Amino acid sequence: MAEQEYWRWTEYRHHDESIDPRAGAIVAAGIDVGSVSSQAVVTVDDRLYAFSSMRTGSNSPDSATNALNWALEGTGLTPGDLACVVGTGYGRVNIPFADKAITEIACHARGANFMYGPSVRTLLDMGGQDCKIIHCDEQGKVRAFLMNDKCAAGTGRGMEVFADLLAVPIEQVGALSFEVEEEPDPVSSTCVVFAKSEATGLLRRGWPKSKVLAAYCAAMAHRVVTLIERLGIEKEFAITGGIAKNAGVVKRLQRELGVEPLTTTYDAQIAGALGGALFATALVRKGKGRKA
Amino acid sequence: MANVAYPTEPLKCWARAKELRQRYYEDYAKAHDTGGLRWAGGAWSFDAIPMGLGPDVYPLTSEPYAASIAFNREFSKRCLEATEAKGYARDLCSYMRNYWGSLLLNEYAFGGPFPRPDFIWQDHICCSHAKWYQVVRDLEDDIPYYCIDVAVGPYEEARDRQHRVQYIVDQMHQGIEFLERATGRTYDDARLIEAVKNDCRATSAWAEVSALNKTIPAPLDEKTMYALYVLGTLHKASRDVADFYEELRDEVRDRVARGIAAVPNEICRVITDTQPPWGFLKIFRYMEKYGCVSVGSLYTFGLIGAWEDKPNGTWGPRTTPMAAGTPMETRDQALHILADWTLSRPEWQHFYSPHLKSQLMLRIAKEWQLQGVMLHYNRGCEGLSLGIAENRLALIDAGLPVMVFEGNMGDDSEFDEDATKNRIDSFMESLGIKRPGEEL
Repeated sequence: MAEQEYWRWTEYRHHDESIDPRAGAIVAAGIDVGSVSSQAVVTVDDRLYAFSSMRTGSNSPDSATNALNWALEGTGLTPGDLACVVGTGYGRVNIPFADKAITEIACHARGANFMYGPSVRTLLDMGGQDCKIIHCDEQGKVRAFLMNDKCAAGTGRGMEVFADLLAVPIEQVGALSFEVEEEPDPVSSTCVVFAKSEATGLLRRGWPKSKVLAAYCAAMAHRVVTLIERLGIEKEFAITGGIAKNAGVVKRLQRELGVEPLTTTYDAQIAGALGGALFATALVRKGKGRKA
Repeated sequence: MANVAYPTEPLKCWARAKELRQRYYEDYAKAHDTGGLRWAGGAWSFDAIPMGLGPDVYPLTSEPYAASIAFNREFSKRCLEATEAKGYARDLCSYMRNYWGSLLLNEYAFGGPFPRPDFIWQDHICCSHAKWYQVVRDLEDDIPYYCIDVAVGPYEEARDRQHRVQYIVDQMHQGIEFLERATGRTYDDARLIEAVKNDCRATSAWAEVSALNKTIPAPLDEKTMYALYVLGTLHKASRDVADFYEELRDEVRDRVARGIAAVPNEICRVITDTQPPWGFLKIFRYMEKYGCVSVGSLYTFGLIGAWEDKPNGTWGPRTTPMAAGTPMETRDQALHILADWTLSRPEWQHFYSPHLKSQLMLRIAKEWQLQGVMLHYNRGCEGLSLGIAENRLALIDAGLPVMVFEGNMGDDSEFDEDATKNRIDSFMESLGIKRPGEEL
């Protein structure tokens, strides 16, 4: 019997049936090849039309191709229909069919501007292997940014390791972390290696999984707050990236910061790819797209 | 932003710089072959003073030596592992760990076994410098060791300055007695005086070279400056180095007059801070693809350069005692000048307060016409990284865009090349700078 991979989150795709891409003037795409996940977003005249989100494999070009093909699946579109493709994320330089590479910081800021509106001034992107705090203007242009160091502490990958350690499906981590009688102290380190050994010790001491998760989510939130405070927080505040979906971290972050993040009906994990698609559309308008 | 194309050409004195550096390390290693002496100490030490022992006394300054090790990543790895295996912590100064490793492995970075010094001549500019040669003495028994305490406060605090200088001069006098005892040689004051004059010439000329980089386009880029300033860290009191810096200054003046650029596509000027990650200097070339040139840093300008306020309010090379007509005919006069001159060097100031360093950086930002600052959060150097986060805040408060990147000057395991390039990409984007051909 195959061992369950608790870290494995559900890959997904979607396209908006109400939009006819053939009726649009500009069909463009953004592809965000991150360290843990890859997303492809297709826009039609600045409207979000289709997207996919899946695990990043060991090969960036393949990840980009698979993500794009899956986003286009069932739409009747092919990659050849795209007027421009922008690559972003860690693998952005290895997307052979991208017309331009733009950093994920710029793309997340642009995508958040779309998702949350032009009032966003501080953006927290909690990705698979790093966290970024970004100041942006009303057009979604980056004014300043800070990243965590190269350690994976406080990132999506760390959360995946914890899900596996505690045998809790990753999507349930946030909710379970609130099933505690009182909030425990955070684990003393968010370093994945040290936190894992500390969590093992807590389990041995008889802590329930929910309490260990609460302690880890709190530590992760605290670490991110430290990063945010280094750059300073200007309202409005929004969160993108996979960890934005983890209420266990987000609510504790909100509690510690004393600032409520904006909410959105969009999937915050696709912000980077969406920003890329919006940049691609802008490039076409400037006559600099693939079909220019 | 428009593409530009300034004329550029290689430095004519580049080969001479390489030759001087190579000869320095060879002279040290071979000193005993001709009856000469070897001494070891920090690059901050008063290297003019041992020169009074004769013309055949050769130093090995520890930080640039360790930087040379760090540049050779394979050797550096072995050195760091040897030091760690001996039980020394990984968060200590990485220069120190590389140096100790070279000693423990008994391998000299320039070939052959590690050449044991005959004496140690050090000063205590930071905590690591205070311990560095204590450990060397633990590993190599009974090398005579003299150290000068220089922790007398910032130079700009004029109150009691003469007493502060005197405190150091008194130690220098005792140091000369130590040198005579340790080597059995008679001290020659005329050689000391010449060495102090060389020091003043060299460090003033280096400041002028750095000041010439205020020009747009910059005649030098910082990666090139690293290879030049290092001579001052090796032996600033030697005639060769003083002569070389004056030759370099003349060449850079000529480059400025003819509009010769270090980076032909210069469109953006930044400075860095602290020692760079020596194994990854290629990040400077990466920046240049954007037309971004690092025109220097407080570190490259002020570790060796001697500066002063000029009558027009700008920062420029300090007037040498010879040009100012300050008498330098006795040992005591020479030592007073050497102490005062050295204490005024900018890189000595921020050990006392990050605010002093912030002021200096803001001054550079204004006079060198910068678009931004890239701060190296250098885990390898506690001394120069001290207060760097406060410097960042001060620069931001003044409206300067700041990028930080983490690394280590001498331990490449703490540097992430791709992540740093990623930050550079984002920083350039936030400054509105595109790479040529990518102005989409």
